Amino acid sequence: MIDAPSSTWFTAPTHWGWLIVLYFFIGGLAGGSYFLAVLIDLFGRREDRALARIGYYIAFPAIALSGLLLPVDLTRPLRFWHMVIESNTYRPMFKYWSPMSLGVWALLIFGFFSFLSFLAALAEDGRIDRPQLRALRPPGALGTVLAMMGGTAGFYIAGYTGVLLAVTNRPIWSDTPLLGMLFVASAASTSAASIMLLAHRSGLTTPALDDLHRMDDWVTILELLFLIAVVISLGPVAKAWLSAWGVLLLLAVVVGMIAPLVLSWRARQLRHWNVVTSAVLVLLGGFLLRVVIIFSSEAI
Amino acid sequence: MPEPMGFYTDTTVCIGCKACEVACKEWNQLPSTNGGVNTLSGDSYDNTRRLDGMHWRHVKFIEQFSEDRKDGRWLLMSDVCKHCVHAACLEVCPTGAIIRTEFDTVVIQSNTCNGCRDCIGACPFGVIDINPVSQTAQKCTLCYDRMQGGLEPACSKACPTKSIQFGTIRELRDRAQKRVEQLHQTGETRAYLYGADEKMLGGLNSFYLLVDKPEVYGLPPDPKMPTRNLLPGSVYAVLGAIAVGLAGIFNFRNRGAAPGPEARP
Repeated sequence: MIDAPSSTWFTAPTHWGWLIVLYFFIGGLAGGSYFLAVLIDLFGRREDRALARIGYYIAFPAIALSGLLLPVDLTRPLRFWHMVIESNTYRPMFKYWSPMSLGVWALLIFGFFSFLSFLAALAEDGRIDRPQLRALRPPGALGTVLAMMGGTAGFYIAGYTGVLLAVTNRPIWSDTPLLGMLFVASAASTSAASIMLLAHRSGLTTPALDDLHRMDDWVTILELLFLIAVVISLGPVAKAWLSAWGVLLLLAVVVGMIAPLVLSWRARQLRHWNVVTSAVLVLLGGFLLRVVIIFSSEAI
Repeated sequence: MPEPMGFYTDTTVCIGCKACEVACKEWNQLPSTNGGVNTLSGDSYDNTRRLDGMHWRHVKFIEQFSEDRKDGRWLLMSDVCKHCVHAACLEVCPTGAIIRTEFDTVVIQSNTCNGCRDCIGACPFGVIDINPVSQTAQKCTLCYDRMQGGLEPACSKACPTKSIQFGTIRELRDRAQKRVEQLHQTGETRAYLYGADEKMLGGLNSFYLLVDKPEVYGLPPDPKMPTRNLLPGSVYAVLGAIAVGLAGIFNFRNRGAAPGPEARP
């Protein structure tokens, strides 16, 4: 303790474990998939709508699962509603300066938008017989407004978890303000990988898949740059990763960032298998990244 | 409205009797560790080890001995929640379970807390933890119930050397400053006050007289508010989203929104 590199070393671990790692990962997938689906809807062609639908199909179940993971992680799960309604006054409980408080509301809001888009996607696919629900997606005015609002909420869900960690006093988490930025890029990367995987599985062929693959490469490079920025911003605190956690982080970088980029650049001729392999690697790397960030701090 | 109240702990007169720990446990009906099974730390005479949901007072034993054990000293310090004027736990609590009382102290309402544990990570001093019986976050309440009844907290009442002193913050600061001057005059020039002024989190309503660096006592030299990262963290996250968005727009932009046949599996 006398040689502690930061005052954050004098704090106690939060006991945030696997459920929170899972929530960060799945919540990131939900927000990121929706964000990408909106991008495809707004900037892609009509033929790309099937790809965007996959994003909406991921977003709602993923955020619903996240909504279950969070209460289960509480030590008093039945009091989950105390985060939404003040238990003494029955007024809305909202603190804009507390990322956890804001995050709970964002979960509800994003859940609402992702549900509407999910219904619109189902209607477009003909899985539910309500053609009027198609208006809940772009290019109509209502659909565009909903997509933009939902996309903003999706971005928030993808990134606020990093800000939540920064707004503590724990080692590593609060020693850099860049975790939110890193998580946004990681969520986009893992979401693009998930959409590509499901598109491949359902045999979907659209030129937008190439666009998405190319975008994923770009985002992976961004993620790598953001991670380097995180390490630099940590300064002497980064020595906490001169341990088994650092090895795992390196593995996350190799598996989730470098290997997919190499696969993407060096072996285009094996495209179909490459898409699957690199998507699986990106997902594994994104999960490992969250494991390292959560548990390396909890271990101090 | 009563004046702000708190503790002044003079570590130079603490004898490590742990009467404060016992009094705290007794009054607040805190459970024993491991159901009462005697668990020794193995490397210290201090077997409490740390503050947590069941130990709201902890007398730290800092055993400073030379390699050959011929020379050494004990630093003893009864640690507790600092009842910060700018309280990190209160700031982040998403349920409103953590409140500031009329005595300017910080209390966790156990019937409101849902155990999200955000406050545990926010506290710069590592004071809070989950109480395994209530399954809620708990810490020292500065004996809020006793204070409401006009009594002083159990720990300071039990302290046999007046190492823990209870009173109004104004009075305690005066008393502590005089004690520092007295120690300086008698040759103990290392004595200083930790957290007695507004520079540290607006002032700690439980502050300390120390004779070594804060780190030696397990106290952070530079405790900060967690929200220091809120604005920069959010700005960087938005920048990240813009970068990701641009990557998306750039890769999809040539494709336009022109109508065309929809792809089908």
